[in-house]
Amino acid sequence: MKGEKRRMKKVLLMIMVVLLGITVVSCGEDTKVEATEEGKVLNIRVWNTEFKDRFRAYYPGYLETKSNGDDLLDDGTIVKWIEVANDQNGYQNALDVALQNQASAKDDDKVDLFLIEADYAKKYANAQYALDVIEDLKIPEYSLSQQYQYTKDIVTDEDGILRAVSWQATPGLFAYRSDIAEAVLGTSNPDEVQAKLDTWEKFDAVAAQMKAQEYLMLSGFDDAYRTFSNNMSAPWVDANDNVVLDQQILNWIKQTKEYATNGYNHGTKLWDSQWSADQGPTGNVFGFFYSTWGINFTLLGNSLEDADGPKEVGNGLYGKWRVVQGPASYYWGGTWLVGAKGTDNPTLVRDIMLKLTANEKIMKQVTLDVEDYTNNQKAMNALAQDETYGSPFLGGQNHVKLFNQSAGDIDMSNISPYDQGLNEGIQTAFRDYFLGTITFEQAWAAFKESSTTKYPELKFGATPQDPFAA
Amino acid sequence: MNKRKSKINYNKWGYRFIMPFIIIYVLFSIIPLLQTLYYSFFEYYYRFGGAQKVGPNFAFFDNYIKVFTEGKFFKYFYNTMSIWVLGFLPQLIVSLLLALWFTSTRLNIRCQRFFKTVIYMPNLVMASAFSLLFLRLFANNGPVTNMLFDSGLLNETFSFIDKAVPTRLLISFMNFLMWFGNTTILLMAGIMGIDQSIIESAQVDGASASQAFRKIVLPLLKPILLFVMITSLVGGIQLFDIPQIFTSGTGGPEAKAMTVMMYISTLLGPSKQYGLAGAVSTVLFLITAIISITFFYFFNRESFKKGGDVR
Repeated sequence: MKGEKRRMKKVLLMIMVVLLGITVVSCGEDTKVEATEEGKVLNIRVWNTEFKDRFRAYYPGYLETKSNGDDLLDDGTIVKWIEVANDQNGYQNALDVALQNQASAKDDDKVDLFLIEADYAKKYANAQYALDVIEDLKIPEYSLSQQYQYTKDIVTDEDGILRAVSWQATPGLFAYRSDIAEAVLGTSNPDEVQAKLDTWEKFDAVAAQMKAQEYLMLSGFDDAYRTFSNNMSAPWVDANDNVVLDQQILNWIKQTKEYATNGYNHGTKLWDSQWSADQGPTGNVFGFFYSTWGINFTLLGNSLEDADGPKEVGNGLYGKWRVVQGPASYYWGGTWLVGAKGTDNPTLVRDIMLKLTANEKIMKQVTLDVEDYTNNQKAMNALAQDETYGSPFLGGQNHVKLFNQSAGDIDMSNISPYDQGLNEGIQTAFRDYFLGTITFEQAWAAFKESSTTKYPELKFGATPQDPFAA
Repeated sequence: MNKRKSKINYNKWGYRFIMPFIIIYVLFSIIPLLQTLYYSFFEYYYRFGGAQKVGPNFAFFDNYIKVFTEGKFFKYFYNTMSIWVLGFLPQLIVSLLLALWFTSTRLNIRCQRFFKTVIYMPNLVMASAFSLLFLRLFANNGPVTNMLFDSGLLNETFSFIDKAVPTRLLISFMNFLMWFGNTTILLMAGIMGIDQSIIESAQVDGASASQAFRKIVLPLLKPILLFVMITSLVGGIQLFDIPQIFTSGTGGPEAKAMTVMMYISTLLGPSKQYGLAGAVSTVLFLITAIISITFFYFFNRESFKKGGDVR
């Protein structure tokens, strides 16, 4: 009896081992067969959902989204989205780790496509991380001929090689509420409102008018930052690692401090919950500085009263916003697609780049649907001249016509690899100054403290003079 | 010969069972620790926001000198310690009180298990989720701020997150909430380990409740109290999740809630300053060690003086 039991146990064990062995071997065989073709998994690194939504709505090969968030394409490829938020350099840090492991990673884990922002475009658009768009990815130059030149210049490395492509141009604008404009300025017509806002002096005067009628001109301390910082005459850091405080930044500090003291702004931080709420029906803020991507990606969602309801007039402030150039022309950000060096899906990367950044029909459709300003001069010119085109969110205004001119004039030559850290750093450091808890010199010291922690090679000169002194 | 065969040596099995842990511990804890110490003597970072490697160049004690002369480390260490003390002192007092009440035979509190579970629950919540919850609650347009204003208690909206003191207090409070359950249960275990007959004989001799507490319970709780203090100190010095999420990584108003771990994390941010971060970590370790040894000495003063063994 004992012997039989033992034998039974041994037989069962053998059967289990054999079964396991078969499954392991058979799984192994499947992956071996696939390795000779292009990879079956496309890894895309992003920091928010903007490109994800764009891809799902407009890439022709997209089939469906699975329950775990991955996308399925019509040729069977799986698209994995790796999303890491931008704050405190989080996205860059995670990306750096992934790129460092690129050579040793398994094919399915290799980074294939990653997004970069204007603030750190210079860091990644080079031979170390990015594939040559023309030679490696085999995208012909004439396909990219309709893109705005500055979108190509910013991601061209020192040897003149193009390393990334973008689907958008990002001229800056000022979005205002037509109902508040009617109440305070007597008109909501964009041309007339622009005439009242086209210099900083006029802008400040309108701010006082708004305050007199219990409205706020701006929401956050950092709302107008980009309008000043993108008009700097030199980069943040010079060739000898010295930090240069541009007059434009001082102008921003001066204006924001005045607005804070006089109660013209709401003291919010960009992207926080109060700032988002100020764009909706409960807010009483006159306007927001935005770039073209902000209209569809941020303002539209924040303006609705019922977030899940239909996006049409009647739902919150939909249809009540208008846009004008504002007191200064500027740009704000922009996103580029980079083909990662070492990717195992070069053909798919090439196709995505062509379809979403160079295909005129798709890009025109994107603008018609979501009001983004796409990177195709021909399509944008056509829409600019189209009398019948108007954005329903903006109450029928043709914003493409407004920015057609300025999009071609954007100059990104003053960016530096330190932009993200220094821009965030100065906004954080001076927040307490605007709130009135510390002096200008203390705020500058705080900025110096956080910047040298992030970038140890930077050198700071003497403290600049308080703009309100003397 | 026969004797040797029959005496089976089981020692080797002990070593074999420990081997996996030792291997993993050495690979993933000891070696990185030693590497941190090693790189702290080098200049090693990435310039241009992380694009170009500088070093590793041997730099003697340059990093340590920088830590001590730059002044940032001491500012952040002071932040860390004030947040820890603000949270730990109430935690200790409340936990001691609760432990006494729960173990008191006179009070005989009912449903003890329910209370014990409830006070321990905050410890189970992930620190970052807890911190995010508080951030939403106390935000400038959050429910608590609105409630204080709407109820008429305050004349104008009070901003919690824009002021240094409320930010620090809230972080200490979160720490307190998360850990007082743990401390209570530990102290309860300590009190229940005290022989009741000692306390009874003291009461027969006429000792009051507070005298019994001060002269009998507290001294006998010393080992547990020492354990609680040192583990809380180590945890407090390494405070990271809660202030990081609550201040969104900025360190709060005037960087008054920036802890040393947040500083190290930012050092490893875009520029990956392995050298300086290594030096800061080593200095922190040394300070923690010194403070722990000081606690240990103070708690066991009599034993040291007498030369006897430490309880």
